[in-house]
Amino acid sequence: MAEIRNYTLNFGPQHPAAHGVLRLILEIDGEVIERADPHIGLLHRGTEKLVESKPYNQSIGYMDRLDYVSMMCNEHAYVMAIETMLELEIPERAKYIRVMFDEITRILNHLMWLGTHGLDVGAMSIFLYAFREREKLIDCYEAVSGSRMHATYYRPGGVYRDLPEKMPQYLKSDSRTAKELAVMNENRQGSLLDFIADFAKEFPKSIKQYDDLLTDNRIWKQRLVNIGIVSADRAKQLGFTGPMLRGSGVAWDLRKNQPYSVYDKLEFDIPVGVTGDSYDRYLVRMEEMRQSNHIIEQCVDWLRSNPGPVMSDDHKVAPPNRVDMKDDMESLIHHFKLFTEGYCLPAGEVYSAIEHPKGEFGIYLILDGANKPYRIKIRAPGFAHLAAMDEMAKGHMLSDVVTIIGTQDIVFGEIDR
Amino acid sequence: MISSIKKLVKDFSLGELRAGMKITAKELVNKKITVQYPEEKTPISPRFRGLHALRRYPNGEERCIACKLCEAVCPANAITIESEMRDDGTRRTTQYDIDLFKCIFCGFCEEACPVDAIVETQIFEYAFVDSREGSIMDKAHLLEVGDKNEKMINQTKLEDSKYT
Repeated sequence: MAEIRNYTLNFGPQHPAAHGVLRLILEIDGEVIERADPHIGLLHRGTEKLVESKPYNQSIGYMDRLDYVSMMCNEHAYVMAIETMLELEIPERAKYIRVMFDEITRILNHLMWLGTHGLDVGAMSIFLYAFREREKLIDCYEAVSGSRMHATYYRPGGVYRDLPEKMPQYLKSDSRTAKELAVMNENRQGSLLDFIADFAKEFPKSIKQYDDLLTDNRIWKQRLVNIGIVSADRAKQLGFTGPMLRGSGVAWDLRKNQPYSVYDKLEFDIPVGVTGDSYDRYLVRMEEMRQSNHIIEQCVDWLRSNPGPVMSDDHKVAPPNRVDMKDDMESLIHHFKLFTEGYCLPAGEVYSAIEHPKGEFGIYLILDGANKPYRIKIRAPGFAHLAAMDEMAKGHMLSDVVTIIGTQDIVFGEIDR
Repeated sequence: MISSIKKLVKDFSLGELRAGMKITAKELVNKKITVQYPEEKTPISPRFRGLHALRRYPNGEERCIACKLCEAVCPANAITIESEMRDDGTRRTTQYDIDLFKCIFCGFCEEACPVDAIVETQIFEYAFVDSREGSIMDKAHLLEVGDKNEKMINQTKLEDSKYT
């Protein structure tokens, strides 16, 4: 009898289901995975090194480009590290705006995950429905920051600008009648907060739709149940965080366990799974979207009744008002100092972590007292998750690898940095 | 017992699949949200950060005074400026280049500019048709974009000025 040898298969880096540029070397016996060896580094841009060469504020834009589906959360960890080191108190309104946009980002991330995970596993329509809702949230991003993805909205000391009182509207065009246009602009009549409140009101219906499409669906369950099981103990040992850890039944969420910003004043629950398989992680993320929606509602209520500044008035860190800058010598000097030299942080080190949609996203800064960090280390949650690929995929079929990549919610921007 | 029979009936009658198909059928007849670009466009915020432009004062004089704040603040080092003193004693740029391949559209140049000279407009439909060199916008090109769109720039910046 001829000897049967294992195949070695290259999965990616150009594979559409590899979520970017993952190169996975699979050793397979027939269709069963013997070994999965992820090769990373194809999207390495040297972010950590770049940050070392720039004043603090100029690196905010690089944070957006780490995990490029949850932009503002990355920024939050970075600005929080700087604020901790400066012992800077930021206005309450800015904190609420940040939390609201963190949660919007979480929904954005989970919708992206749901859509692509569904697409990988074979559910086509969910992708389109998820992007329908994403579009609205991306419009919120654009309304506040001017950019649909790479916002650069959070700044040390607060946020860039206050929430606009007018939402941009669809303009007249030949292909729409006035009546159609009025319907399209219906939820854009008020302020941004009205738009978000309207979204938060409608979003549970959308989640219900996703729920009806997938949760009980037999094909979906066949593909997800008992795939990539990680026990609670093992998940902790592997350094899992976020939904990957909670899916295994460990109730660990930095928003609860180590509250930052105003999370201690908000009411929300953290869902946990039971068996720690892909299906549980799916359920956890779905519930997280509902909880995020609930947090957004609370933030909208608070923000409506509490106008105020959104930026610290410490002009050594935050730029002065533009009108003042043009009249007042002091302000002009601050402006020039801030945009050329920036500001110096005291020597020392600081670690700040937030509950990113994918897990614990941390920024570790080592500072030597200059206007740029001596060294920055970015703790990307996806890195630890991807490292467990071999363990999760072993013994499963080739098609389950796709499910496991999906359930890990891999984004290469943060892993390769 | 009854629940297991119910489940059996549901499973055999493809209950959950039919629920999913119902959504698909509903969406089939529902109003579509597709925006027919380029006939119509999605809403654009006044804060939108698109193609750059250099502005002029109403009397036609260019605003930029070559303070080089934008050059200093640019995280991507996309801006290059050279300047000289004019005969009337004012300082103006002789060269103002923005490399759009390097630019990350963060908006810091606009934020830094003390005289509102460099701005990011709502224009996002531009392409370098002839060559890759088209990606480097020189001073003449930037001023041209500014002159052409001054009305729109003025309006959007005014709209957002109360938040600064």
